[in-house]
Amino acid sequence: MQAQTLYEKLWSSHVVHVEEDGTALIYIDRHLVHEVTSPQAFEGLKLAGRKPWRVNSIVATADHNTPTDHWERGIEDPVSRQQVETLDANIREVGALAYFPFKDQRQGIVHVIGPENGATLPGMTVVCGDSHTSTHGAFACLAHGIGTSEVEHVMATQCLLQKKSKTMLIRVEGELGAGVTAKDVVLAIIGKIGTAGGTGYAMEFGGSAIRSLSMEGRMTICNMAIEAGARAGLVAVDEQTVEYLKDRPFSPSGEQWDKAVAYWKTLHSDEGARFDRVVDLNAAEIQPQVTWGTSPEMVAPVDGHVPDPSLETDPVKREGMERALQYMGLEPRTPIKDILVDKVFIGSCTNSRIEDLRAAAAVARGRRKADSVKAVLVVPGSGVVKRQAEAEGLDQIFLAAGFEWREPGCSMCLAMNADRLEPGERCASTSNRNFEGRQGAGGRTHLVSPAMAAAAAVTGRFADVRALG
Amino acid sequence: MKPFQKLDGLVAPMDRANVDTDAIIPKQFLKSIKRSGFGPNLFDEWRYKDVGQPGQDASGRPLNPDFVLNQPRYQGAQILLTRDNFGCGSSREHAPWALEDFGFRVLIGPSFADIFFNNCFKNGLLPIRLPGSEVDELFSQCHESAGYTLSVDLQAQTITRPDGKVIPFDVDPFRRECLLNGWDDIGLTLRHADKIRAFEERRRMDQPWLFA
Ligand code: SF4
Repeated sequence: MQAQTLYEKLWSSHVVHVEEDGTALIYIDRHLVHEVTSPQAFEGLKLAGRKPWRVNSIVATADHNTPTDHWERGIEDPVSRQQVETLDANIREVGALAYFPFKDQRQGIVHVIGPENGATLPGMTVVCGDSHTSTHGAFACLAHGIGTSEVEHVMATQCLLQKKSKTMLIRVEGELGAGVTAKDVVLAIIGKIGTAGGTGYAMEFGGSAIRSLSMEGRMTICNMAIEAGARAGLVAVDEQTVEYLKDRPFSPSGEQWDKAVAYWKTLHSDEGARFDRVVDLNAAEIQPQVTWGTSPEMVAPVDGHVPDPSLETDPVKREGMERALQYMGLEPRTPIKDILVDKVFIGSCTNSRIEDLRAAAAVARGRRKADSVKAVLVVPGSGVVKRQAEAEGLDQIFLAAGFEWREPGCSMCLAMNADRLEPGERCASTSNRNFEGRQGAGGRTHLVSPAMAAAAAVTGRFADVRALG
Repeated sequence: MKPFQKLDGLVAPMDRANVDTDAIIPKQFLKSIKRSGFGPNLFDEWRYKDVGQPGQDASGRPLNPDFVLNQPRYQGAQILLTRDNFGCGSSREHAPWALEDFGFRVLIGPSFADIFFNNCFKNGLLPIRLPGSEVDELFSQCHESAGYTLSVDLQAQTITRPDGKVIPFDVDPFRRECLLNGWDDIGLTLRHADKIRAFEERRRMDQPWLFA
């Protein structure tokens, strides 16, 4: 048989029907649902008198709007509360395999709870009305972010209409330096190929540096595949994948487990499989990264400088850079390490898992938040992560450093709840988007790894975490 | 869905790359549980001088006179010219809902982000990809002449400029049919319900753990 890429294997095992022009119906195994992009889909279903095709494919949670402190007060913003209550009512009516509502012990960010509960398994197709669904590709799932009409389509038909993507392999070979993390790798990738570099592609991450990452690190990388334009990110199954999934609540067990594992081990690109595009990076050259602009591709190593737009020859790009620097309140050629921060956010579906919190705590241990920093929010990705961190004493390290230890949720990643930047405030953030206004109208976001965020919190500026020791 | 066949419409230029869906419709408006009413908040942070809140009446808000869509010559525009990677970022379908509610029916640019591109077709909005040089010419013609219009014909897959030049464009045949007829894809997909059921049964046998 011809050598196949992982994407081709996943695609061909889910095709139900193909139209003449190649538009295919692909079967969906797992549908993750949250409060923001589902109400109109549930309503559409009801108006058309349709029922969900397979309720047991649905795993739901409330995450985007939920507050991260004073849970005893409930959700104070009435508009947010209505959205969360609408999800409660919809799930009560139609059902789900699992629902982790506001205040549930296992509630959390939708892309954190899927894997940690074993609701995301290799070989699945996974969809969610959220672009960061690419995260789940770390488990060799074909995972797509979809719009609300597609949420309704999947509920009604258990299928998604898709055209086959082109395939891209991003190969990162070699060893990452100390203090260089998955976040730095993915920011370096986006810096290299641009935010539209992956448009139309399914992006597989491979090479020895990717294989050496934990599942958490692989999720961080796949999470940001969408910031490189790719709707799906992928990493092949290996021993670590299998190890991670063992004994999770929805993972198979007993005889089923053995059968599943045997199948999962086939989920990798075959030797000699052809990709439409291959991009190579040398792990040893990657440094801790800091974004300076309003798009994730506007990124520099921590030792670098804010670039000078006058050196850019493409007029559309130059104008984009000028606009970004104006919005960010930065001068060309400023050393990254001279930029001062007002707030720090450690959280989001990119970097709120236990390993991320450990990395931040390792830097915070025995240090204090700089006086000039107004607030440092540490927001675990889920209730499960929160309790694990507390069992390890990480919360005490953060509190001793003057950081805030919050309840799980999306929080200041997109500032739909009360956690946000004020106009002009500058933030070191472990989230995935530095768009204008993303963390609050007029707020200025710099994307970094958890360790770099903690380093910014204790020094008050972007500091090279490798120099902190 | 509203069908789309032909349109002679006024053109507005959005001359910046990587316009993300957070800019098209900021997050506070995502708290709505409806599909309509997003037009007044399209490009909210660029369009107004204050910060908009959901449910607020937008009519009295201070406008930013520099923002392109606030200029008198672009009032009533139905076609938006865009640069690379328009619609990147969040999958929020509120972005095409807001564009459509505002009055746009066609977007023309060199590239669109995947999820956004898909979402447009589900909402009677036609995104057209053209080579960068064609888009550059459209931008310069649009800047130069007030009241610049284009004629877009989906059946024929052509854009006709005021100077008579005809620009062909590609669109997937399946999507074109759906848009021309205003078809709802769910109904179309359910024609294959037997195939879906058969596929599902096979899968349940082969990988029962997926159906626990
Ligand atoms: S953490 Fe941020 S990016 Fe992730 S799902 Fe929540 S809002 Fe979206």
